[in-house]
Amino acid sequence: MVILEIENVGKKYGPLETVCGVSFPVAAGERVALLGHNGAGKTTLMRMILGLTTITSGQIRVLGTAPGSRKARTATGFLPESVAFHGALTGREQLRHFARLKKAPVKQVDELLNRVGLDHAADRKIRTYSKGMRQRVGLAQALLGKPQLALLDEPTSGLDPISRHEFYDIVDDLANNGTAVLLSSHALTELELRTDRIAIMSKGALVANDTLSNLRLGAQMSIRIKVTLETGAVERMISEIGGERMNGKSVTLTCLQDEKIALLGRISSYGPAVKDIDIIPASLDDLYRHYSQKTASEISEAASC
Amino acid sequence: MLVLTIVRLELLIARRNMWVATSVILMGLFTVVLTLTGGAPTGTLGVDPLMIAVTSITTLSVYLIPLIGLLLSFDAIAGEAERGTLALSLTYPLSRAEILIGKFLAHLIVLGFAVAVGLLLTAGLTIWQHGGGGISYFPLIKLFATSLALGAAFLGIGYLVSSLVRQTGVASGVVIVIWLVCVVLYDLGLLGALVADDGGAFTKTVFPWLLVANPADAFRLINMPDISVSVLASGIGAAGAASGLAGQLASLLLWPTLALFFAWLTFRRVEP
Repeated sequence: MVILEIENVGKKYGPLETVCGVSFPVAAGERVALLGHNGAGKTTLMRMILGLTTITSGQIRVLGTAPGSRKARTATGFLPESVAFHGALTGREQLRHFARLKKAPVKQVDELLNRVGLDHAADRKIRTYSKGMRQRVGLAQALLGKPQLALLDEPTSGLDPISRHEFYDIVDDLANNGTAVLLSSHALTELELRTDRIAIMSKGALVANDTLSNLRLGAQMSIRIKVTLETGAVERMISEIGGERMNGKSVTLTCLQDEKIALLGRISSYGPAVKDIDIIPASLDDLYRHYSQKTASEISEAASC
Repeated sequence: MLVLTIVRLELLIARRNMWVATSVILMGLFTVVLTLTGGAPTGTLGVDPLMIAVTSITTLSVYLIPLIGLLLSFDAIAGEAERGTLALSLTYPLSRAEILIGKFLAHLIVLGFAVAVGLLLTAGLTIWQHGGGGISYFPLIKLFATSLALGAAFLGIGYLVSSLVRQTGVASGVVIVIWLVCVVLYDLGLLGALVADDGGAFTKTVFPWLLVANPADAFRLINMPDISVSVLASGIGAAGAASGLAGQLASLLLWPTLALFFAWLTFRRVEP
């Protein structure tokens, strides 16, 4: 079931176009990562989905209703970038308030405080919290009332690596329970295994929207294969297959995705002379750079932008 | 009731920020001082002792209640927008009117509590000094009700400023100017015009209406109709008769309603 539909959405602030012609759906149980450099329009898109700012063109539907409608807001959990709370309140008081606003059972607050690891600090004033702790309060409030759509803007900023890991466990739980998750992030490596689909925005336009492996295929980016050999075999491999010598014991070869298997076959024909093989696919950083650059020229050609 | 949820939170915040304590101490301190000293110069004139105290407290309240109202409200929207808490609140399923009314009710409760404490102290002290017999409590009740109306007007003005300027620093400056104009400069201007006019057409026709147009003056007129405590009061007393109780009541009811309505209109257009 499609929870969030974005159709040809654009946003202009005066003459300045910050989002332009963006379309993609997010289905129940799907985890979609929204990537883009600063100013690519990610936050503006999220604000339009929430109904915090008007849409200039196109349309967004949340559960079939307009963004910002009471039904949409009840079903949406939102974690803003650099989330802030009233410092005079305790974490528990703030969350209980939000639970009442969302008509979620107040006892869910205690479960969520446990879930995000804040139960020990729940009765301290928020002004004494660290940035990571405030981020956890933010995550907890986004989970109140079992949302059908979760919008998480830079959710892992300010979290240490272990907390990030726990955070993605929570996101997995959400998705497994049928919540549509749309999150934006700069930390690309952590997204590789934790999302179903990746949408890349550049200069306000959507330049890619696919699974990670399809993005790799489409990008036609080279894969690096590092082969460690017995000393005598290094020269032979360079003369027969090619590649670059690395510190006398290994050779680095590059190939495209569809040539990978054939190349591996040739390497294995060296038999016991091959001691180890490392296959290094294009990282998300490489892909991200590829897609956001590739399309900078295409965007300016497109008539709609 | 989502409004009650907002009221509850705002009352909690007001208590934590010491706004409740500050308002109560301010009102309590001044009313006690005025009640104890207010009766001294009159001695035993046969005037209702409570009436003397109410007159002094009215003069004080004209300054203090608008000030407390503006201080409670100027941060309400600008502050939340600046701290970044407004955007998150607006993603929750409640309307902006509910947020505004919730904040308004909470702040009015804080103000009303401070005024009530002050007036109860006044009543208590008067009974202790003069005995409970022969005291009419109606002026006290009238003072409380009109104090609420006056406070509500300036709360609404504070929210209006807060959503118009969207920066706490600027909002605080603007409300101080508004306070100065309403409780000091406006009256000075009118007095100057009265002197210049020297009992002409302006004094008889325009002046009474200009006077009640200011909620602070309407509040003063309604609570001290025939007292000649000061030059200003005597001028006002004469003018009070011209505009009448209806004009004073209308001013005290229209100001809060209109201020809140315009605050809501501007708050609706705030994009956090």
